[in-house]
Formats: sequence, C-alpha cells, structure tokens
Amino acid sequence: MTAVLPRPVAAPSRAGGPARSRSVGGTVLRTVLVLGLLALVLYPLAWLLAASLKPNDEVASNLSLLPHAPTLDNYVRGWTGMQTISFARFYVNSTVIALGVVVANCVSCLVTAYAFARLRFPLRGMWFAVMIATLLLPHHVLIVPQFVLFKFLGWIDTPLPLIVPKAVATEAFFVFLMVQFMRSIPRELDQAAKVDGCSPFGIFWYVVMPLARPAVVTTAIFSFIWTWNDFFSQLIYLNSPDHYTVPIGLRLFVGGEGQTELGPMFAMSMLSLVPVFLFFLAFQRLLVEGINTEGLKG
Amino acid sequence: MVATDTPATDLRDRRSTRIPAKRRGSGVNTRREMVAGYAFLSPWLIGFMVITAIPMLYSFYLSFTNWDLISNAGQYVGFRNYVRMFTQDPAFWNSVRTTVTYAVVATPLKLAVALGVAMLLSRPRRGVGTARALFYLPSLLGGSVALALVWQALFSRAGAINAFLAWFGITGKPWVNDPQYVMGTIVLLGVWQFGAPMVIFLAGLKQIPRELYEAASVDGAGSWRQFRHITLPSLSPVIFFNLVLETIHSFQIFTSAYVIGGGQGGPVDATKVYTLYLYLTGFGESRIGYASALAWVFLLAVGLLTVVFFRTGRFWVHYSDGDER
Repeated sequence: MTAVLPRPVAAPSRAGGPARSRSVGGTVLRTVLVLGLLALVLYPLAWLLAASLKPNDEVASNLSLLPHAPTLDNYVRGWTGMQTISFARFYVNSTVIALGVVVANCVSCLVTAYAFARLRFPLRGMWFAVMIATLLLPHHVLIVPQFVLFKFLGWIDTPLPLIVPKAVATEAFFVFLMVQFMRSIPRELDQAAKVDGCSPFGIFWYVVMPLARPAVVTTAIFSFIWTWNDFFSQLIYLNSPDHYTVPIGLRLFVGGEGQTELGPMFAMSMLSLVPVFLFFLAFQRLLVEGINTEGLKG
Repeated sequence: MVATDTPATDLRDRRSTRIPAKRRGSGVNTRREMVAGYAFLSPWLIGFMVITAIPMLYSFYLSFTNWDLISNAGQYVGFRNYVRMFTQDPAFWNSVRTTVTYAVVATPLKLAVALGVAMLLSRPRRGVGTARALFYLPSLLGGSVALALVWQALFSRAGAINAFLAWFGITGKPWVNDPQYVMGTIVLLGVWQFGAPMVIFLAGLKQIPRELYEAASVDGAGSWRQFRHITLPSLSPVIFFNLVLETIHSFQIFTSAYVIGGGQGGPVDATKVYTLYLYLTGFGESRIGYASALAWVFLLAVGLLTVVFFRTGRFWVHYSDGDER
C-alpha cells in the first residue's frame, strides 16, 4: 500500500474473495444481487428527485417514482424562498464558507505537513503524536469553550468561526493525509535542491508544493464537501436568517404541524446535493480510491 | 524507482567529495532547519494552543462551575455537575442509552453490509468500478440535512416504505413518530452510508493472496470455511480499523437525530442522542457549565473506549508481516 492517491491502482489480478466460482449461475446470481442492492441504495435519491418534480399535493399522495404532472414550480418557489430571503442567499453563504475553508485548509495543512514530513526540529515526534491524538478528538467536546471564545471576539453570526480555525491547521485529518503523501516524494529531490543552494522554504516552494498537488486536490474536494454538508457548527454559529447556509436554510421549510411545504423543500434539498454530486461525477475515481484507504498506510 | 537511481548515486558522490565544506556549515544548517521547522509548524502550533488545548482546559474549568452565559457570574460548584449528571439526571441517562443503542446496532450492521458488498465487488468485472462508485455515493451525501429530510418522509405514516409494505399486506407504522421505532430509521440512515468502510474493505481484500484460497480449495474447504478461516483473519486489521473509526464516528451522531427528531430529540426524547443533549443544554438553555461537564464525560468515554478497543484488539487482530499500520 505505497501507492499514492490518484495513481491508478495496479490491475488487481490477484484480487481476494473465495476461489472463483466458475459456474455461470453464480455469476448471474451475483450480478442480480448487485443490481438489486444498487436499486435499493439509490432509491432514496431517485425518490428525492421525483418528489422535487411533483406538485405539492402529489408529494404525499403519489408514491410512484414518476410524477403525474412533472413541474419545475417547486424549484422556482423554493428558490425565491420563504419569508423574505431567497434561497440564493443561503447558496451564496454556503459557497463563501466552503471556499474559505478550502483555501484555509489547503494552505495551512500543506505548510504544517511540510514541517512534519521534511524538517528536523526538537520535539517533532511529540508534536506529531499530539496532532494524531487530535484526529480522534470528538469536536463536540470543544464546541462550548470555542463558542465562548468566539463570542468574546464578537464573531458569532459571522462566517469567521467556521473559517478561521481551519487557517491554523486544526483539520488534523488533512495534515495527516498530506504528511503521508509527502513521505512518498523522493528525498533525493530535496537533497538535490539543497545542494543547489535552496533554503527549507525554497525546497517547500519549488519542490514539495508542486509535487504535492494531488494531495492538495483531495484536501480541497473533501474540505468543500464536508463543509457544504456540515450542520452542527453552522447551526451554532449562524443565527440570523441573512447568514444562514443551505443546511440551516433547508430547516426553514419545516414549519409547524402540517405547514411544511414539501415540494419546495425537496426541490431545494435536491439543489443542495448538486455541488457534491458534481464533485462526485468529476472526481469519482479519486474519491473512491483515494481518501478512504489513506488511513491504512504508514 | 529505477529512474531516480542514477541521479541519486550521482548525488551521493558529490556529497562525499564535499564533506569538509559541509561539516563546517552543518551546525548552522541544522539550526536553520530548526528555525524553519518551527516557522512552518507555527500555524498548527498556534491553532493547537488557541483552538484546541486552551479551550479544552477552559472547558474543564467550566465543568466545575454553574455558568449559564446569561448571569455573567459562574460560581465554582465543585463536582456538583458531575454528581448531578450521574445521580439525578434521567435525561443524561436517556441520551447515553440512545447513543449507545445507536452505536451498538448501527456500527456492526454497517460493517457487515460493507464487507458483504465489498466481497461481491472484489473481483474485477465489467461495471464493477461504476458499482463501487455508486455504492460509495451515499457516504458523500448521507450526512446532509437533505437526506435526513428525505428519510423522515420515506418513513412517515403515508411514506414510501409503508406503501411498499402494503404490497405484502403489512400495515406499516408511523415509524418516525413512534418512539419505539424512530431510532431504527436513524440506524438505517447510518447503515445506508456503508460506502466508506466498503472501500476500505475492498483495499484490504485486494491484499489477500489468491494462493491461500486455491490451497484451501484443494484441501476441500467450502466457501464458508474459506471465509471463516482465510478472509476474516486476513482482514482482521482492516476490520479493526473500520470498527474503531466507525464506532467513534457513530457516537458523534447529530444531524440525522436533530432533523428527524424535529430539533428537540422527539418523539418523547427517543432521538435525544448525547451530542444533541449537549447542544440543547449548552446552546438551548445556555447552561455552559453543565454542558462542559457533559462534554468531558463524553471525551473520557470515547477515550476509554478507544483504549479498550486497542487492548482487546490484540486478541483477535492478526498482523501478517507488519506491512499495514
């Protein structure tokens, strides 16, 4: 398992699994099983798409996946929003925060990872162990004192508490990911640059950073997706509807008993998944092969 | 890495001829590297101090006060928060019960499904790549508010699940409104996101040598015994990794419980999981002191659990030759 993220995985000619079942019946059975499971797993998404295209009264009554009278009305009404705020506002807020986090994570984790992976300094081992420990730290534990801190700074109801902490490499997972990646970059390159008179900063800028691009891409994509889907911290820090993000905004559609506007709610739910879905389409292989096996290395 | 061989040796030669020059500067060099090291580390170091370490200590202090954000004078109350939590707070025990139930049911189920599907997809066939990607998709989407809303609708009284059950003559229940079943729907939403551990299992399955199965098959072992005596032991480090990760993860469940439980952990507190109780205490009622005590108990519990995992792991995790972890 030394292969790094996006490099195509070598053809798994000796893949595991019990010795091949040669029977045609086995293969057919397997295929049917996989297709059946796929249908089951994808059903909720298909249901959401269908619900978003159904007129409001049909959402509850028509249980078929095909709307009788498909309409885009839900999207129009959802987008113009409830009360006085357009859903576009939430979309913009979410995008700003997500992009802020992407930049903050990429820069800070890259710099930190370089220190851990390449430079020698006293206590490096200890700090690295501390960083790994924070990886397992449930962030709910810190939310109360952090809230007090950001309240003291006057940052409540701004995007700052959601972005600034990422600029100081608090997302240990990505630091770890980049350290693992940088360790796979041949050290000879550093040595060569050093001999040519490069400072540690020069090595970072001209050698390690350009070569670490695949890890940066992975970090950027997952930073975006996780921030986009994040609910807990946005719920805590954003409290005026003007500053709501998409997940918080979606909750506005849930009214009191029976008041819920199902159609527009599901239309906007659908829209809220679109950015993640686009990332999925564009980086399928990277997403599936890359990040999840990362923890197994090293 | 054949290509880099030549420059590497070349470089070593160059270095060896320059030893005197290097030696003179080496003290300066290491000092420079040390300074550079801490310079590059400084963002993380600042972040660790300001965002993690100090808040942690601060919350430890807060857990011994009765501060409520509103009256700006928290008083030191000793262990009263902790004593109350364990002896006089049924809501605390309720949240422990819901969370542990969720973790104990959802985690093994999710891993079992993940392993099962991974085994179905382990060998390269046409379309396997696409199938893997599609099974993985819920892991990207499932944590969102949108999917929790979908779940709520699917499992409501007039929802699609009950319509499906009706085909078989089963009268469904209003799953999400029934305190007895609502956690079950949340478990299913968790299990639905089995794609992430599945991908890890796939990577693990690929490492098992084919020869093991062939040898076993020659010896007359059927597929169950092959699974039991080859796949499971070979995969045990990966199972362990997934188990630790997913368990810790499941203890932190929040979004689905919040959305499906209508923001208050309903019906009748059935979805008031630990993090939700912490949230409602700290941010709903502003009882910062008590919430901090809740947070510390949570931290200690998760820490203890991790230790237990690693201690017991020794008995059933087989590392072949230390090439992993």
